[in-house]
Amino acid sequence: MAAGEGVKLIGYWASPYALRVEWALKLKGIEYEYIEEDLPNKSALLLQCNPVYKKLPVLIHDGKPVAESLLIIEYVDEVWKEKYPLLPRDPGERAKARFWAKFTDEKCVPAVMATFTSQGEEQEKHAKEAQENLKTLESGLEGKPFFGGETIGFVDISAAWIGIWAKIVGEIVNIKLVDEEKMPLLCAWLQGVLENPIIKDCLPPGEKLLEHNRGFHRMLTGAAST
Amino acid sequence: MGEVKVIGSTLSPYCTRVEWALKLKGVEYEYIHEEPFNKSPFLLSHNPAYKKVPVILHGHRAVAESLVIVDYVDDVWKENPLVPQDPYEKSLARFWAKFSDDKCIRGAWNACKAEGEAKEKAIESAKESLSFLEKQIEGKQFFGGEKIGFLDLAVGWIPLWLGAMEQVGEMKLLDAEKFPSLHEWSQNFNQIPVIKEALPPREKLVAYFTASVRAVR
Repeated sequence: MAAGEGVKLIGYWASPYALRVEWALKLKGIEYEYIEEDLPNKSALLLQCNPVYKKLPVLIHDGKPVAESLLIIEYVDEVWKEKYPLLPRDPGERAKARFWAKFTDEKCVPAVMATFTSQGEEQEKHAKEAQENLKTLESGLEGKPFFGGETIGFVDISAAWIGIWAKIVGEIVNIKLVDEEKMPLLCAWLQGVLENPIIKDCLPPGEKLLEHNRGFHRMLTGAAST
Repeated sequence: MGEVKVIGSTLSPYCTRVEWALKLKGVEYEYIHEEPFNKSPFLLSHNPAYKKVPVILHGHRAVAESLVIVDYVDDVWKENPLVPQDPYEKSLARFWAKFSDDKCIRGAWNACKAEGEAKEKAIESAKESLSFLEKQIEGKQFFGGEKIGFLDLAVGWIPLWLGAMEQVGEMKLLDAEKFPSLHEWSQNFNQIPVIKEALPPREKLVAYFTASVRAVR
């Protein structure tokens, strides 16, 4: 299979799930065509490629669609296995990596989202849970600079966007979720990943993303955001 | 590498799929039984993040999350591969396994415990999810092809656990007319000796679901 032959990515500029796939492709130096979805008007191509969930991102490789961002990253890592391996070779380390990526999506993200959409006492409860889960995520680093060890790997690109998002949520609802004092290693890790030139180059414009999420917040809560 | 232990609860389909993977690979293991509502410090120390079964202990490693465990088992013990070798087929198997866990099990359980109009809606939604699985098994003996594989283990909750939910929820989801291929697969799957020997007793499962439904209604 020729590297970069017929690789397309259906994404959306503000989607962290599309972003993590782009990070994987760019780190591996894979050429691809990016197709921006005009959300909320989902294209016929997207619906055809992901009829089950009707969601992006979807990777199309030689005409075959792969959906679900973490599965896409694993697929890409396997097809282009010689270029910048993202998952560790050791089965135990590989299992750990899959575990932490799953934990981020299943525990950290919903708690941050719930903090974003709730108010009052309920919001305090969700914020506490989000912080606890982020603290647990920090423990996964095991004192290393990245989850991938000395270099950025699977978990790093899967989880780092939560740092961006937690900051945005914090600005909009005025709650600090990623605390430098309580989570020094997590903060150092986030900085390490997000300052990487390849990673940084893909980031959506900060102000635009903030405004986009302010709009989201207004819509979800009917509140006039700060 | 060391001996293998599984911390699990026999009524959990997530734990049973791990046992299936080990048995299919001929791996000996010790089963450490956890009470569903009384989590031991031993479990909590090995899975502080989720505090759930199953957890596999292999030498100095502890791996949690059932599909991650099955992947791990397939990685370590190479005989009788469960996950497809081709990257695209692999991604499809994982996609449908996740779909089964995220939509089908949850959908069936929602339909089981719901009542009245909400139950009708939940049943329709659960059936819609099953129809996707029907399409995947059409024309095949097993999801893995001629032999059972990763996806069969992930969807393996259907014959017994879905059956028990149907009984307790007084509903029919796996309609033989509507889902002939899935129904046939379901009949065959539970007859496989290695699969059958790890199944919990149906009465115990029914009693557990009955009590759970009562608790939420």
